[in-house]
Order: sequence, then C-alpha cells, then structure tokens
Amino acid sequence: MSSYAILAFFLFLGAVLAWGAMLTGHLLSPKTPRTPFQREAYECGNSTIGPTRVRFRVGYVFFALLFLVFDIETLLLFPAVSALSASLRGEETGIAPLLAAGEVLLFVAVLSFGLVWAWRKGALKWD
Amino acid sequence: MNALDLSVNHPVGDFVREVLFPNCPDLAWAANGLIAAVALVLFPVFLSAPFLIWMERKVCAHMQARLGPMRHGPHGAFQTIADVMKLLFKEIALPGKIDRLPYLLAPAIPLTASFLSLAVIPWDHDLQVADPEQGILYLLAVGALGILGILVGAWASNSKFALLGAMRAGAQMLSYEVSLGILMLLVALLSGESSLREIVLSQQGTALDWWIFKAPVVGFLAFVLYLVSSTAELNRGPFDLVEAEQELTAGYQTEYSGMGFAMFYLAEYVNMVIQAALVSTFFLGGFLPLQIGIAPVDGILAAAPGIVWMVAKILLVVFVYMWFRWSFPRPRIDQLLALEWKTLVPANLVLFALGVLLVSQGWIL
Repeated sequence: MSSYAILAFFLFLGAVLAWGAMLTGHLLSPKTPRTPFQREAYECGNSTIGPTRVRFRVGYVFFALLFLVFDIETLLLFPAVSALSASLRGEETGIAPLLAAGEVLLFVAVLSFGLVWAWRKGALKWD
Repeated sequence: MNALDLSVNHPVGDFVREVLFPNCPDLAWAANGLIAAVALVLFPVFLSAPFLIWMERKVCAHMQARLGPMRHGPHGAFQTIADVMKLLFKEIALPGKIDRLPYLLAPAIPLTASFLSLAVIPWDHDLQVADPEQGILYLLAVGALGILGILVGAWASNSKFALLGAMRAGAQMLSYEVSLGILMLLVALLSGESSLREIVLSQQGTALDWWIFKAPVVGFLAFVLYLVSSTAELNRGPFDLVEAEQELTAGYQTEYSGMGFAMFYLAEYVNMVIQAALVSTFFLGGFLPLQIGIAPVDGILAAAPGIVWMVAKILLVVFVYMWFRWSFPRPRIDQLLALEWKTLVPANLVLFALGVLLVSQGWIL
C-alpha cells in the first residue's frame, strides 16, 4: 500500500476519534439547567467588559508573515540539499559537488540577508 | 484475484488502484496492513498519554520535594485513568456567544495533525506505518498543522484569555517551526537521506556514529538547538506562555471542558512523544542499540530489540523536557520571539552553512 494512502487514512481516523470522544462526552455528561452565569465568557468570576474579540498586537501577524517567508525558503532549500547529497554520492546530477555546495551556501546567504533586512526594517521589534 | 478491482476503465478506480494502492495483491492484505498501522499509531497515543501525564506529575513533585499523586494504584499510577473518567462524565458547559461549529470542530485538528506525524516515526527496523521518501518534507508540511486547531478553537470560543493565548501560540509555534525546519534540513544534509528510516540507518555503529557526535561540534550544537526549539514548539515550560496560568488561566483552552479540553491536552502529550522520537531519530540513533565498542558489553546491549531502545531514548528526552520545565523561569513573549529570530535562526543558518562545509569536505567522522 502506498504510504500516502495510509497517511490519508490517518487524517480520517484522527478526526473520527476526536469527535467520537467529544460526542461520548456530550452523551455522558449530566444535563442540568443552565444558569446565565454559566454561559458567560470565563474571566475568573468577573463579568466581561466590552467586546471579547479584543484588538491584539499587530506584531503577532508580523511574525506569522516572517514564518511564511522563511518556511517557503526552507522548502526551497530542500531540493538543493537533496541534489547536493546526490552529487556527493557520485550520482549523475549534472553538477559538481563543490559547485552544488557553493550554490547551497549562496542560497543560505540570501536567506540570511533576508533576515538582516527584516531586522533592519524593524519587523523584529516588539514596540 | 484482485479484490481492489473496483471498476474497470474508470478514472477514479484507476486512481485508487494505481496511485493509492500500487502493488497491492488483494483487499484482505490491505486490510491487515491497515489494522497493523492503526495499532502502531494508537498504541503509543493511548499508552503514552496516561503514562506521561503521571510521569510529569511525579517528576515535578519529586523535583519540588513532594510526593505527587499517591492514592490511586501504586504510587498513583492510575491517577490519570481516574482523571479521564472524570472528564468523560463532566458536564459540558458551552459558553454563550461561541461560534458553535468551529468551536466543536477545532479540538480534532491538533490530534489529527499529531497522528499524521506519528505515522512516520520509525519504531524498529520493520516497524513503521508509512515511510514517505521525503519524510522530512512531509514532517515540515504537517508540523505546523496543529496550530490551526488552536487558533480556530480560541477564536471561536469568544473569550479574551483564549484569544490572547492563541495569538501567543500562533506567533510562538510558527516562529520555532522555522528553526526546527532548518535543523531537520541540516540532519538531511549530514546523512544525505530524507526518509526517517534511512536517517536512523545512517547512524549504524557505536554511539560515536550517532549524529550528535558524528558531525564534529555541528551535530552537538544542532542537538542542543533542536531540544530548545522543540520545547518552545511544544509550548512546554519554560516556554509555556501560551497557557501561562498566572496571566491567562488556561490560554486557548480556557472555554473548553470535558472531552474537548481532553483532546487538546492529549495532543500536547502526543506531540511531546513525537518531538522526543524525532530527537532520538535525528541525533541519538533511533531504534539502533547503544554500542560502546567493547565486544561483550555491546553483545548484551544489542540483544534488546530496537523498539526497546527507541522507547528508552524517547523517555530520556521526555525526562529532559520535564527537567527543563522546573529549571528555568518563563520569559516574556517579546523575549521569546527575540530569542528565536535574533539568536536561534541566525545560529541555525550559520550551523547549516558549517554543515554544508563539513559534508562537502568529507569531514564527517
């Protein structure tokens, strides 16, 4: 069986198990009449003031964007690394090992430059 | 006889036969394989989570010179089972203004994501559910999936604590995913393999052939960096800002009760097993026995089956995670993100460049 078929199956299994457990919990839980206080957003006993979907710091989103860039760059590095390993093993890849290593290093340099740029631009600053 | 011959000359049937189930003799064979695979993923989940929660409480208690749970079973060993029963029969308090559908769907996402990672862990020479050729790439792809459940659940549960906890979780887990990705790539570079099984097999020999020692200095530094980054990725103390109880009560899980809460909690512990298993796969020789180069001792050590070694190494790493938790104070969120982006990512990039140098010059021990 192809490994991806099994992995797809686990996608299904995980969901079924988790929702099955939650459904069992719902069926077994005692049903008592709800008081209005039970339905309030939990804030250690105080009532919520204002909207609960508060504004949050934009910095969080900055870091998510940075992740997006760096994750994709890591993914792009992956085939380069595979090619480097293959050419070091002496397989026919059309590129000499030292040249391949140089290209990977160049890519890492570009990645680092991106980080330095973001740093200089103040994307890593919290205030 | 081919029981998978669902339909002749139909694109869907062809896809199922040739892409999803190539080289599959018949349906019974496929079903057997599937049952074995399910057992191999579910055993670690349902055996490890109760054990690890108990271990966590015991380790933490003894580090603080107390006893921890003692009542249910010998040294409180059945405490977690009692806790699960309690959670199962607990009244489910749905808060008022939640987005009902995402709120109820979200707890399944982290657990499903951890199942997907658990499926590629090599437990022994022939004990692995799926071994995709590009295992590292696959791990990178599913690794960040669990965060989705946390963000969705917290946003849907309409609470300030949950929202702030989820924002922290998103920024923290995504950031540390970057350094984990670079370190995984470094291991792929050093071993020249991308499948997890092949990475383990590239470490055959004595303990000095494990990647922690085999790549001089670089391997050890990568091991330490991986441990730190994965602690943050797991939201475990000292990096547990996501659910810092003094500030956010329970962070993103605040509005969940009963089994919904249990699913988030279970996923956290399963993720801990996964990260420990990955540390042991990448740096500590995975299922290979410890060999020290003295023939009679090595013979005794190699007599234990691979899965015993794998579990022993996982438990060792898990213990280190628990040790971290009670040894360091919690940083602030800006300090945590600065640690990642201003220290760990540059360090990882330098380490990766050194790794390229090592490999291309053949300076591997």
